[in-house]
Amino acid sequence: MQAEFSKEQQLFRQVVARALKDNSPSSAVRDLMASDRGYDPAVWQQLCGEVGLGGIHIPEAYGGTGFGLIELGIVAEEMGRTLYCGPFFASPVMAGLALLNAATEVQKEALLPGIASGSTLATLVLDDLNDPDQAGRSTQASDHGRLTGTAGIVVDAHVADLLIVVAKTRDGRGLYAVDRHAPGVSIDSLEVLDPTRKLSRVILDSAPGEKVGEVSDEALHRIWDQMCVALAHEMIGGAQHLLESTVEYTKVRVQFGRPIGSFQALKHRCADLLMELELARAVVHHAARCLDADEGEPYAASMAKAMASETYMNAAKAGIQLRGGIGFTWEDDTHLWFKRAKSSEVFLGTPHLHRERMMTVVEGL
Amino acid sequence: MTRSGLTDEEIRNEVTQWLDENWSSDRSLIEWRNILVDGGWAAPHWPEEYFGRGFTTDQAAAVTAVFNEKGAVGAAQVGPRRLASETILACGSDDQKRRYLRPILTGEHTWCQLFSEPGSGSDLAGASTRAELHHGKWILNGQKVWNTSAHHADFGILLARSDWDLPKHQGLSYFLLNMRQPGVEVRPLKQMNGHQSFNEVFLANAEVPAEDLIGGEGNGWAVATTTLSFERRGFGRRPTGGGIQGPKKGRVYEELKAELAIATEPYTWYPQREGRVDLVLPRARETGAIKDPAIRQEIARLIGMSTGAALASASVEAKRMAGTTEIIPAGSIGKLAASVIARQASHVHTMIAGADAMLSGAESAEQGTIAEILISVPAISIAGGTDEIQRNIISERVLGMPKGHRSDRGPFRDIKRNVS
Repeated sequence: MQAEFSKEQQLFRQVVARALKDNSPSSAVRDLMASDRGYDPAVWQQLCGEVGLGGIHIPEAYGGTGFGLIELGIVAEEMGRTLYCGPFFASPVMAGLALLNAATEVQKEALLPGIASGSTLATLVLDDLNDPDQAGRSTQASDHGRLTGTAGIVVDAHVADLLIVVAKTRDGRGLYAVDRHAPGVSIDSLEVLDPTRKLSRVILDSAPGEKVGEVSDEALHRIWDQMCVALAHEMIGGAQHLLESTVEYTKVRVQFGRPIGSFQALKHRCADLLMELELARAVVHHAARCLDADEGEPYAASMAKAMASETYMNAAKAGIQLRGGIGFTWEDDTHLWFKRAKSSEVFLGTPHLHRERMMTVVEGL
Repeated sequence: MTRSGLTDEEIRNEVTQWLDENWSSDRSLIEWRNILVDGGWAAPHWPEEYFGRGFTTDQAAAVTAVFNEKGAVGAAQVGPRRLASETILACGSDDQKRRYLRPILTGEHTWCQLFSEPGSGSDLAGASTRAELHHGKWILNGQKVWNTSAHHADFGILLARSDWDLPKHQGLSYFLLNMRQPGVEVRPLKQMNGHQSFNEVFLANAEVPAEDLIGGEGNGWAVATTTLSFERRGFGRRPTGGGIQGPKKGRVYEELKAELAIATEPYTWYPQREGRVDLVLPRARETGAIKDPAIRQEIARLIGMSTGAALASASVEAKRMAGTTEIIPAGSIGKLAASVIARQASHVHTMIAGADAMLSGAESAEQGTIAEILISVPAISIAGGTDEIQRNIISERVLGMPKGHRSDRGPFRDIKRNVS
């Protein structure tokens, strides 16, 4: 298992960072979060086409680049840093990982190339976003592939062409592909705490779905782990941005005749944040390597999600607090990351759930 | 001819042959170590002109490996003596190196570090032990504290103020002090956990010959910084090799055992001050606490932190080996993380023990180890630079935050100090 990023991976990170810096400045984030669509199709096509981000973790046989979670993590981390608004997490990450882990060969060949190229926007419809053990229990699939159930929160469903649904079958759980325009599918945009990540309610009422694979408990946990590792990367990227921007602010803001960054009360909080971030970052990068190599701690993904969640929130809270009043204004950008931190903290399981999930594994070791 | 081009294989062969011809466990420890020094194998990473062979760290490790395989005893290295030897090697005069290095390697001289004072702890450069030159001798007056091994040390490395009219960092000088003299009094210092790992050292007209000032008058701070950099690298603490494992018979082993018993005695509780993360899961299983949802949460936090710290330090080590030029914030961040981890471990041990944590001693949990953890962890965030000092270092040197206001500029004699 690799212990460090390779030269190629470091170069790849630079390429991704540059593309996002050019295409996702905070002015763009503000425009997109105020829009209904929530993303810029031209930028999305450029990131998927020229930079190839949509298929980074998808094997070449299915139209991707064939890298793993490490590279997917690099993309997610840089996107989290710039707060990129687009269907990356919904389509290549959530729907892509579900298909990669649970779809049949034929279906992977049919569905993944569109996701990799960015031409198909997919999303994963889970009726529970808190706990993998609860997901896919309330949405029912009939023997004829008719799906009925409600998923209260689905990422980017409002722009999705293709819904990948986890539903309960007579003898387990299946993965289904549903056309968003099919009869019996209704998608309602929801008011969200974090406007940089658009959410919808998806109601399926005897909607026709094509079964694309089986979802065993093991597969569902693996998909969940992989999504958590990608999300954890996004979170440490965001935390890194918050730490950097907050430190910069304390260097220029003057009170009592000196930069406020010279006061120990602020310095010590920033130092603690850096320490916490270093530990979380090490665990998050490690988790991607563990999953790619199928080695290491079997609880690495939950450990990463729990630590990244708390670190991101701590960075967000400090980011607001150390700016004082300006930090609480709409005009200042800090709240954009604060809201992403809060929504990510509870997305795919709270830190509390993930620590319990960790301990279930630890106990059995 | 330079020897640095030798391969591990060549080194192994040479060491093996030399040990076959010279090593015997029937000699006295000092006699053996003198042979070792004469043979050039006591400190192979030192320069050739000073008892070494100019080996790289890797080459020296190859030597140590052969010593360990053969069970051969190496140079004395436990305790603060290595801080002294590395400092003398880096900053000493040719005469100082010739006089002092050899008895350190053979174990004939033990050393202690005399830096901190009651009035200058975190602010080490505020030392106010007075050094005055009279008739070719430095006369020292003052008090030192936190001096590990001072109660048996023959010599001490000492920081003292030789000029009170210069700014504080410029008026310091660094001395090699003979501890065996009437002007030096050592008193043990009992800690809150009952151990006596440290001492206080009182200097009343203690004398240092002029030739035992090291690094030049007024350069004390630079020399002290050199010592501290070795200290941060973990020199001068626990045993590293030395071959006493296993049932080894012979005079040299008996004497080594006695030497180590004295040298390592101050450090027996050090693992406990780090929180003994290794004991958490076994204790949680054994007591059934692993079923308690609240305790599970805290254990998971602890596992996350300590995994993160281990990964981060391994990554730093890898980057160092690869010769990176980027600023590596490892030292202070790692130390701060160690404090947080130790406190969390202590917290979890408390939760697991419950009311049993009211007890200590042989009949208490883990034969007293748990109690010792609970009352030793407060040391980790103080020793070697407090957490608060580490946070200053991290924020200023890593994050580049502005330095705070200082009130200690100008001549040292005008700076506000602790009144004693």
